[in-house]
Amino acid sequence: MNMNQHNWRHGLVSKAARMARALDLTEGRRVAAGDATALLERVIECGDRVCVEGNNQKQADFLARALTRVDPAQIHDLHLVQSVVALPEHMALFDKGIAREIDFSFSGPQATRLAGLVEAGKIHINAIHTYLELFARYFIDLTPNVAIIAAEAADAAGNLYTGPNTEDTPAIVEATAFKNGIVIAQVNEIRSALPRVDIPADWVDYIIVAPKPNYIEPLFTRDPAQISEIQVLMAMMVIKGIYAEYGVKRLNHGIGFDTAAIELLLPTYAASLGLKGKICTHWALNPHPALIPAIEAGFVESVHSFGSELGMEAYIAARPDVFFTGADGSMRSNRAFSQTAGHYACDLFIGSTLQIDLQGNSSTATKGRIAGFGGAPNMGADARGRRHESPAWLKAGEEARQGRNVMPRGRKLVVQMVETFREHMAPAFVERLDAWDLAQTMGLANPPVMIFGDDVTHVVTEEGIANLLLCRDLDEREQAIRGVAGYTSVGLRRDRRKVDELRARGVIRRAEDIGILRREATRDLLAARSVKDLVRASGGLYHPPSRFRNW
Amino acid sequence: MEKLQYKLPSSPSAASGDAVLVGVTASGNCEVLVERGDLPACVIDVHTSAIGFAPIWQAVLADFSKRHAAGGLNIEIHDVGATPAVVSLRLDQALEVWEGRHV
Repeated sequence: MNMNQHNWRHGLVSKAARMARALDLTEGRRVAAGDATALLERVIECGDRVCVEGNNQKQADFLARALTRVDPAQIHDLHLVQSVVALPEHMALFDKGIAREIDFSFSGPQATRLAGLVEAGKIHINAIHTYLELFARYFIDLTPNVAIIAAEAADAAGNLYTGPNTEDTPAIVEATAFKNGIVIAQVNEIRSALPRVDIPADWVDYIIVAPKPNYIEPLFTRDPAQISEIQVLMAMMVIKGIYAEYGVKRLNHGIGFDTAAIELLLPTYAASLGLKGKICTHWALNPHPALIPAIEAGFVESVHSFGSELGMEAYIAARPDVFFTGADGSMRSNRAFSQTAGHYACDLFIGSTLQIDLQGNSSTATKGRIAGFGGAPNMGADARGRRHESPAWLKAGEEARQGRNVMPRGRKLVVQMVETFREHMAPAFVERLDAWDLAQTMGLANPPVMIFGDDVTHVVTEEGIANLLLCRDLDEREQAIRGVAGYTSVGLRRDRRKVDELRARGVIRRAEDIGILRREATRDLLAARSVKDLVRASGGLYHPPSRFRNW
Repeated sequence: MEKLQYKLPSSPSAASGDAVLVGVTASGNCEVLVERGDLPACVIDVHTSAIGFAPIWQAVLADFSKRHAAGGLNIEIHDVGATPAVVSLRLDQALEVWEGRHV
């Protein structure tokens, strides 16, 4: 043997050594729930990159809790690499000194605590990513050493069924299993036969039956009873002033009440405008209960989903023409593929935000909250690598060029929809994003912007639509935004003459300019006015979680 | 609770008759009462739960009195913390009902 021969198998040797340490805890791939913490102490080493599967819905919560119980003297300096840090357990890992640094996408309910831990120096945030960006890094420089995942069921051989809430699991497991990493799955039950195999057994090292089913957050359920007349008005403007004019067929919606209002106006208002079949036929979208009336009215041809939504399982299974379902009948979601679909194959993204500045930059990072961005930056960005044409894409590109003699290309429509004041009179428009201060706290070179102003094509408020594609320079863009910013201080400081000129040119359009009477904006237009209406529309197939039932 | 009063110039309202009430305070909605007053100006009384927003009320109501012929009317608003968007919409609705019913 050549003495200088390089060892190319460090990863495999390390994996074998880790697994040898855990041998006495295992029976085949099975480990008892009571030995979960012991298993983690044997197979995890200090400084490891660890993914504790946490999506914005499904959570490997039992194993997350088990990880908080490892001995910090033995296991420390872990580097978490996961899309969502939504559980208090994720934060406890930093509080206890088990983990030190993190790369993530979204923190949702932990946004305030995360900011506190940064302030206290207990956590180092390397970067906030989009989902797709973090998955990409799993295959480049953030490959997990250990992945802790959640599945609905396993069979005796160790195959996994992840079912409707497959979400991030395929991306995490593929990166880990094929780069000498260790995959540990928490499952709700062992079944003799799985409905289908989502993850093959030889990609999984350990299986633990959790004492309780994994937690799933119904993040995309919006009670129609809470939709306001203002949201109905804005939804009417979007449908008539944007969807109809550009012929938007392929799209993605954010998760707020603003966009839920649009979904609920499709079978009523949009249908009355003769738009059925002309707009909103193909979606990258979670199975929003608010979409049920539009699906039932035949508006929607296809929906591919990032994840599932609690209570929608039976409805989805009964509509295989619309949703992506397996041979077993249940849906298969896949966040990585759906994010790719939303980025490359959709002509429009519309969503809400917490703050918009004078150039249209927006961020959900506000003082004392580090919320992350999730998928919004990929949905809400022009896909510079896109090449296929569609009428909406071509029209937006043409408006952006305005006759300038440059290489013609299309544009994605990126719409920000906000009421000028949120609850407690917090203005949605600001001169300067809080993200600037946050960059300093977090030690970032650039402020954490969710959607950059130069990607935004339209800003919609109750005061009207600002078409930023038609603005000739940054000053016009600022006045167009001020011109729809209502009575916020940004709006009050508009140049009225310039705003009038922009309105005359169609850069700013009020409801009446689009032929919408404000008094027609009533809740009577909503195809469902309560969760019960949604259940009725689904023919009883939608089973809302108890917190959304008030009957 | 803050009480604000504004007397704003506005073209005279042609309509008259019984008072008009739009919105329901009890349901967490902004309530607007419109009736004939004694002054040529549009007199607006605001009962608001949010304190410190007088300049925004001034701007919202000045635009309203320019937009509509509301001279000679007394208008009472209970805002229940409503945003300017809701207040403006409710005022427009109230004026439409007032004019529709009494012209």
